[in-house]
Amino acid sequence: MKRRILLGGTIAVAMLGLASGAGAQQPPIKIGMSMPQTGGLAGGGKASLLGIEIWRDDVNARGGLLGRKVELVVYDDKSSASETPAIYSKLLDVDKVDLLFAPYATVPTAPIMPLVKQRGLLLMGNFSFQVNSKVGHDMWFNNAPWGPADSWAGAFLDLGQKAGGKTVALLAADQEFAQNLALTAREVAKKRNMSVVFDQAYPPNTVEFSGIIRALKAAKPDIVYVASYPPDSAGILRAVNEIGIGDDVKIFGGGMVGLQFASVMGNLGSLLNGVVNYNSWLPEQSMYYEGTKAFFETYAKRAVEAKVDPLGYYLAPFGYASGQLVEQAIKATGSLDQKAIAKYLHDHEIKTIVGPIAFSADGEWKETATLMAQFRGVVDKDIEQFRKPGKQVILFPERLKSGDLISPFEAARK
Amino acid sequence: MFSFDLLLNAVVLGVLLGCFYAAVSLGLSVSFGLLDVPHVAHPAFLVMASYGVFFLNDRYDIDPLLAGLLITPLLFLFGLGAYRFYYETFEKRGSDAGVRGIAFLFGIAFIIEVLIILQFGVDQRSVSASYIGKAWRIGEMRIPFRLLVAFAVASALTILLTLYMSRTFMGRAIRAVAQDQEALRLMGANPVRIKQWAFGIATAVLGIAGALLIIVAPVDPTLDRAYIGRTFCVVVMAGLGSMTGTLVAAIILGVAETIVLTLFGASWAPAISFAMLLGVLAVRPQGLFGRRS
Repeated sequence: MKRRILLGGTIAVAMLGLASGAGAQQPPIKIGMSMPQTGGLAGGGKASLLGIEIWRDDVNARGGLLGRKVELVVYDDKSSASETPAIYSKLLDVDKVDLLFAPYATVPTAPIMPLVKQRGLLLMGNFSFQVNSKVGHDMWFNNAPWGPADSWAGAFLDLGQKAGGKTVALLAADQEFAQNLALTAREVAKKRNMSVVFDQAYPPNTVEFSGIIRALKAAKPDIVYVASYPPDSAGILRAVNEIGIGDDVKIFGGGMVGLQFASVMGNLGSLLNGVVNYNSWLPEQSMYYEGTKAFFETYAKRAVEAKVDPLGYYLAPFGYASGQLVEQAIKATGSLDQKAIAKYLHDHEIKTIVGPIAFSADGEWKETATLMAQFRGVVDKDIEQFRKPGKQVILFPERLKSGDLISPFEAARK
Repeated sequence: MFSFDLLLNAVVLGVLLGCFYAAVSLGLSVSFGLLDVPHVAHPAFLVMASYGVFFLNDRYDIDPLLAGLLITPLLFLFGLGAYRFYYETFEKRGSDAGVRGIAFLFGIAFIIEVLIILQFGVDQRSVSASYIGKAWRIGEMRIPFRLLVAFAVASALTILLTLYMSRTFMGRAIRAVAQDQEALRLMGANPVRIKQWAFGIATAVLGIAGALLIIVAPVDPTLDRAYIGRTFCVVVMAGLGSMTGTLVAAIILGVAETIVLTLFGASWAPAISFAMLLGVLAVRPQGLFGRRS
């Protein structure tokens, strides 16, 4: 009897040793992605990547996934849609990565959708808007809180309508993301019986917006919905400040990318006041979940070293959440089988530092958590002010709300 | 929906926008127009100058225009060095230097982009000054002060460069080298040194033009790509090497863009510059103000 136990123990110890030995030699789990690190989207791309890297370091500190270390394989896509198909082919065929994360933003992501669908691969999306609506890939998951397609424009136009707005002006950049936003805004406006009195697309690389804003002002809209990309958002707000937009305007903003980034917010300062814009995470009380605070403490330290967005609210925590999503799915299914991971993500609600995430069939969040927030009491040349609550008051959604809309726009700017 | 008010506004804004285009193109008018250097790195030099202005404004709180003047001598020296390097490695070797020269200058542009990213990061940068973000009201019309600065800078640069080219010995020598290098050599002058000097001047004016660029709109390290087409369009349309021509061509372009944008829709605005360029080249191949060769 005694001997048998001893034998059993020895075998167990030997097996354990074997297992751990095998673990040490096992290759890392490779997660491949491209990320805009130069070009117009680089500011966001770098912050997003830092969020993902913090997750990688955390998960490796906890012993990795399935006993294997996690390694990121990252290439710069220069913010360009023409770079990504080649990069993702290389990730799959040369680097032989185990999982794919999408690059930050809609424009670089759109061209890789056919590739992942053809090959039946899981793609963890990174703040794209509606890239899967026409592709219909059932293994796409977006880390961004957009939710159903029309909830973004719907939230903004509803706020405007409640403030007494009847007419809408649409100003959108002439590219994939902004045009998608404008499209849903047109549909929502139609459903709400609001008339669109100004509807223009401006080309990328527009340097001066005074002329466009003058034309927009002449249309005398109540609601101004702007869908712009980072290089343009600052130019538009400056022109609005100089040319004026008229006293009729109840609410201004909506889909301006860039106003979430510390450098742009710091540059614009008081010009931001009154603008109601979408966001994903803000330091308001309703936004803290398990791990959120600790994440931002680490982020703030590492952002200085990495010369990226010192605040990092918009993208970085969602990069971390992407990691948490696959981490929990891989742990629960005990494998790297992409179909099994996708099924798990479809079937379960997963707790992350940006709140619980549940996916609908199209891979978007079941319920929107896109914030509409109004800038208030912002002063010039101070990035630190944005760490305090109350600078961007959350108006929507109801469950995360931290204040009410101040309208009209001109009154809110003071 | 046509209103006279809106049209007038578009014309005024267009003139100012044109002045801005002129200011950022004048250096190219010297380097490409007079010296035949296919200077595709011109906008990269411009963006580099903007970052110099940003550095001085951000660190020492110096007014952007003054900062632009302060970095002008440095840019002049940089221009001298850049041309010497370009000459020794490419131009000297003769006939096919043109194409290789373009490739070389593209390379320089990329290197500058990367250096800016390493030093300043990828974020957008802008400067602060009392005249940024305010506008001058005339009745219903409002004119941003930023663009009035563009107007002043473009006019001053055009007048200065025109005077320099016509009144000074060096200026005339530069025009001579543009017309007939061999004749100059026979007179005992060294055309390479004159061209080097001219290239220095073409780069030096980017100090103030770079200040203007960052005053008008925020800059990021890859902004130069947006300006390659526009600046070359202005210079070619003007007729190579004409300073006043550059100003007039830029204003025509600015007005056309703004009118189209205000009355027909913003999507058509960029097509205008190239449609006009094609039109001008078809009717007057030497450009609006170019000399017949």
